[in-house]
Amino acid sequence: MKGTPRELKLTINGKVYELMVKPKTLLVDVLRKELKLTGTRIGCLSSSCGACTVNIDGKAVRSCSVLALQANGRDVTTIEGVADGDKLHPIQEAMVEHGAIECGFCTSGMVMSARALLNENPKPTREEIREAIQGNLCADSGYTKYIEAIEIASEKMQGGK
Amino acid sequence: MKDFEYFDPKTVKEALPLLSQYKEEAKIIAGGQSLLVVMKQGMLTTEYIIDIKGISDLDYINDDGKGLRIGALTLHRTIEKSPIIQKHFMVLSEMERNLATIQTRNWGTIGGNLCHGDPAGDPASVFIALNAKLKVASMGGERIIDMEEFSKDYFEVALEPDEMLTEIQVPPPPPHTGTAHEKLMVMQGDQGVTGAAVSITLKSGDGVCEDAHIVLSNAASIPLRAREAEKRLIGKVVTDDLLVEAGEVASSEADPPVDVHGTAEYRREMIKVFVSRAAQRALERATSS
Repeated sequence: MKGTPRELKLTINGKVYELMVKPKTLLVDVLRKELKLTGTRIGCLSSSCGACTVNIDGKAVRSCSVLALQANGRDVTTIEGVADGDKLHPIQEAMVEHGAIECGFCTSGMVMSARALLNENPKPTREEIREAIQGNLCADSGYTKYIEAIEIASEKMQGGK
Repeated sequence: MKDFEYFDPKTVKEALPLLSQYKEEAKIIAGGQSLLVVMKQGMLTTEYIIDIKGISDLDYINDDGKGLRIGALTLHRTIEKSPIIQKHFMVLSEMERNLATIQTRNWGTIGGNLCHGDPAGDPASVFIALNAKLKVASMGGERIIDMEEFSKDYFEVALEPDEMLTEIQVPPPPPHTGTAHEKLMVMQGDQGVTGAAVSITLKSGDGVCEDAHIVLSNAASIPLRAREAEKRLIGKVVTDDLLVEAGEVASSEADPPVDVHGTAEYRREMIKVFVSRAAQRALERATSS
C-alpha cells in the first residue's frame, strides 16, 4: 500500500531508535521533525549546500538525499553527538576560537565533514581539508577560517598545541 | 514528495520479479543522489519504488587480468579510492574525484549514475572511451550492452522496463593506450559545462595513432562520440596541431545545450579546448605506457 509506514531501526548519536516512517521520509526529516535534532539544517532543495551533512557509519553524507529507510541498521552521528556533554570537540573548539563561525548556518555541516575527514585521515594536507569541505557551502566566511580551524583541530587531536 | 509503495529486495533474485511485475510503473532507487533531487523538486513521481541499495552482492571491484568488473552498486567513493582501479584505470579514479562532492560519492552508486542517463554526466563518457560493456538482468536472463549503445536520449537509457543494470565490464586497454578526462568546472565537482573523455592507442614503436575515442559530455542529448575528430587522428603521428584540429572537428560535431552556464557558442569554443587537453594527456599516457 502506498505510504504504509515501515519499521526503521538505527543508532543515532549512540542511542538506538525504533520508529515507524512512511517510505518517502528523508533522513533529515526523521532527525529534525521526528527526533527534534534540529542542529542538522536544510539549506537548499537541490542537494548542493551540505548544511544537512551527517556521518553515516563514519562517512559524510547529505541527510536530505537519503531515504530514512536506507539508514536502517546504520550508525548515524549528527552535530548533537559531536561534543562530549559540555566539552566541545576539538573541531568545534577550533572553529569557535579561530572565529570561523559567522551566521552559523553551515557550521554543523562543516563540523560533520571535518569530523569524517579527521576520523579517516588524522593529518590531512590543506588540499585534503579543502576537498573535504568542498560540499559545504558557506555564504559568509569565505572558507579560509574554516580550513584553518580544521588544521588547528587536527594538530590538537594529534597531541599538538 | 508523494507517497509511494516501497520494496527493498536484498538480492537481485528478489528484485527481478518486482521489476517484472511493475515494469515502468516502478522506479529503482540506488543511492538516490540523482533520483531524490528530481523527486523532491516534483519533476518525477512514482507509485512504486524498488530500493536496491541493500543488495550487497552488487558492490565489488574485480580485476582478474581479463578485465575490470565493477558491480552496479559500487559507490563512487569506492571507485575513487580503489587501488585496483588506480593501478590500471587511473582515469576512472580521477573522474570520480571530480564528480560532485564527497558526500554524494559516499552514498551514490556508479550504476545509478549510468542509469540516470544524464548526457552531462562524466562516467558514461569515460566508460565509452574505455570500450566498456554493461551487464543487465531481468527474469528473462542476462544480456550485454555496449556502453556506447546505452544512452538513447536525455535521461533515457536502453533498459527494458523489467531490466536492471548489474555490472560494468571494462576490457584491459590495448598496449600503448592512454585515457584522460577533462571538464570545464567553475567549482571542483561541478557538472562539466562541457567535458571530454579521450583515449588514444598508439602502434608500438612509431607513435602512429591506431585508435582513438573522443567522447563529449554535455554536448548533445547523449554522450557524444566525435567520430570525425577521431578519424583525423587515426593513422597519423599525433602532433600538437593535430590535437588542435581534433578539438575543432569535435566541436563542429557537437550540438551543445544553451543554459545559465553557457551559450552553445561558448560551449563549442570550450569543446575545442577540453578535447585538446584531454587528448594531450591521453597521448602522454599512451606514449609512456
